Amino acid sequence: MATVNQDPASGATGRIMIQLDGLRRVYRMESLAVEALRGIDLTLAEGEFAAIMGASGSGKSTLMNILGCLDRPTAGRYLLDGRDVSTFSRDQLARIRNHAIGFVFQDFHLLPRTSALENVELPLLYSSEPLSWKEIHARAREALRVVGLEDRMEHKPAELSGGQQQRVAIARALVTRPRLLLADEPTGNLDSRIGLEIIDMIQRLNREGLTIIMVTHEPDIARAASRIITLRDGHVRLDRSLVPLSVEELAERYREDDIEVDSGQEG
Amino acid sequence: MKWMALPVIALRDLRRHRLRTFLTALGLIIGISAVIVMVGLGQGARAEVEEQVNRLGQNVVLVFPGSRALGGVSIGGGSANTLTVEDAMAIRDEIPEVVAASPEVRSQTQVIYGRRNWHTRVYGQSPDYLQIRRWPLESGHMFTEEDLANVALVGVVGQTIVEELFEGADPIGETVRIRGVPITVIGVLSRKGMSLMGSVQDDIVILPYTTAFRRISGRSHAMVINVQVYDQHAMTEAQAKITDLLRERHRLGPAQENDFTVQTQQEVLQAATETSRVMTILLASIAAISLFVGGIGIMNVMLVSVSERTREIGLRLSVGARGRDVMAQFLVESVVLCVLGGIGGSLVGIVTTELIAHSAGWPAYFSREAMLAAVSVSASVGIFFGFYPAWKAANLDPIDALRRE
Repeated sequence: MATVNQDPASGATGRIMIQLDGLRRVYRMESLAVEALRGIDLTLAEGEFAAIMGASGSGKSTLMNILGCLDRPTAGRYLLDGRDVSTFSRDQLARIRNHAIGFVFQDFHLLPRTSALENVELPLLYSSEPLSWKEIHARAREALRVVGLEDRMEHKPAELSGGQQQRVAIARALVTRPRLLLADEPTGNLDSRIGLEIIDMIQRLNREGLTIIMVTHEPDIARAASRIITLRDGHVRLDRSLVPLSVEELAERYREDDIEVDSGQEG
Repeated sequence: MKWMALPVIALRDLRRHRLRTFLTALGLIIGISAVIVMVGLGQGARAEVEEQVNRLGQNVVLVFPGSRALGGVSIGGGSANTLTVEDAMAIRDEIPEVVAASPEVRSQTQVIYGRRNWHTRVYGQSPDYLQIRRWPLESGHMFTEEDLANVALVGVVGQTIVEELFEGADPIGETVRIRGVPITVIGVLSRKGMSLMGSVQDDIVILPYTTAFRRISGRSHAMVINVQVYDQHAMTEAQAKITDLLRERHRLGPAQENDFTVQTQQEVLQAATETSRVMTILLASIAAISLFVGGIGIMNVMLVSVSERTREIGLRLSVGARGRDVMAQFLVESVVLCVLGGIGGSLVGIVTTELIAHSAGWPAYFSREAMLAAVSVSASVGIFFGFYPAWKAANLDPIDALRRE
């Protein structure tokens, strides 16, 4: 059983947000049954910043899909804010995704030929809140301001750099004011310097109280989180609470890696 | 979900794919404009035919010599010499429903006035003819029964004759020569316009039939007898009585076929409108087929669009769109496409009809109903052909859709 993180550096409050009890997910393909998750027990407090690591095939994508309410477990319970969402219908899950969860993907997933502002407005169009167009525009602009893109609102994704595109995606994830942010390899398509900018932004959002779960295969990036959960073969292999590294410390580690590589080449 | 969001999402997407939107709508633009042009021209042609047949006269029965239909094949009028002037007189005098009858004889010939000459049609008729045709005189007067009895060398002329032969001057009292016979003009007919067959009806000289038979054509039989019945409801009755009378006068036995044909104005109208109706139906079905093809084009494009935009659908699902939202989006998109096509098609159709009608000299008809029908049909096409692609999109699995390359 995982411990609840009480690290004051994060926005953790100690209130339980996510509780997984004996979560299993079996994919059936014709006669073959593949067990991607074989009984996950996990508790996450509100305001935590957790990184999920693991080799490909370890089940981390499956876990993220279930956490993101895109998929339902074959067995076990998933309590989100005390509600068992594993019993929810497709439409109910869509509603949860809309207002409770924000997604950030490795390859941004922005609509092409669509301005940053319209991309950010997208989740609000599906919102059950009775928003006027004025409010929709205002909230999308506000979200873009939070990620520092207030001067790029009318730009199309093709006119933005990778880092800027990922920031638009973060703005889109934040625009419905979710309480949980799921980031799937958010730095995977970015060079390390831009990647750290994104990590910096995620840490800042976490300090402001947002609960964050991030999948990554880079150990350095995972160190930005206050908790690292490592999966192997559908089980939780390791669950460590650590003092998160700041972006400056991460940059320092990158430089040390570079020196090692350089000296290794010289020798 | 915000209700107004759907059309906005659809329009945003169509705007992102301008060329695709235009090409898809083009199929419908062609289909809809074809419908509008065909219906417009068909209605215009039919209205024109009806108007002309009405101009033919009121409650008119035409008696043609010979059997007009031989084994189903219609042969031309005036192909037999079976109708006499006496037949016409008998029809007029012996059948109570008949108020006027005029035996007709036509010649195509030269009319000379001074140094000018003009090739025209010269008709022999009775004084009743103008009443039968509802054709008033513009000036002068019609020849009389007395002129008929006297084989008087008088006649009335149409507007074309006034223009071509008299150069617009008043012809009354002037004398023209037709096949060497001097004819004094005593009346001018009012303008009548084009006939059913496209000839100018005003290009005409009308003489007493006695004069025409004896001095001009050399014939002794009527080419047609124009008969007027007192009331529209007595047409069938009159038609039957004329048939009986003529069979009796022509001494036809029960086994013998009629050697004449009696047709009402209504039958002439039906024959004429039937042709244009068949034409309209034919053209309209071609137009409907093109509309159908346009609809299949929409379905094809929407299917391609769904598979092309699988990742986008995945994203929409992940940010909280429900299956029915995605479905509604694609349905609205195809309906918007179709309505755009419908409006564009209506505009193109109106302009094309106007152009064709103008160059063909037909009246152009647009009914608001036809236009509304075109747009609502295209919207239905959008829903019908957009349904399957939209359903496909709505049932995508969000995870698979997000991962699709």
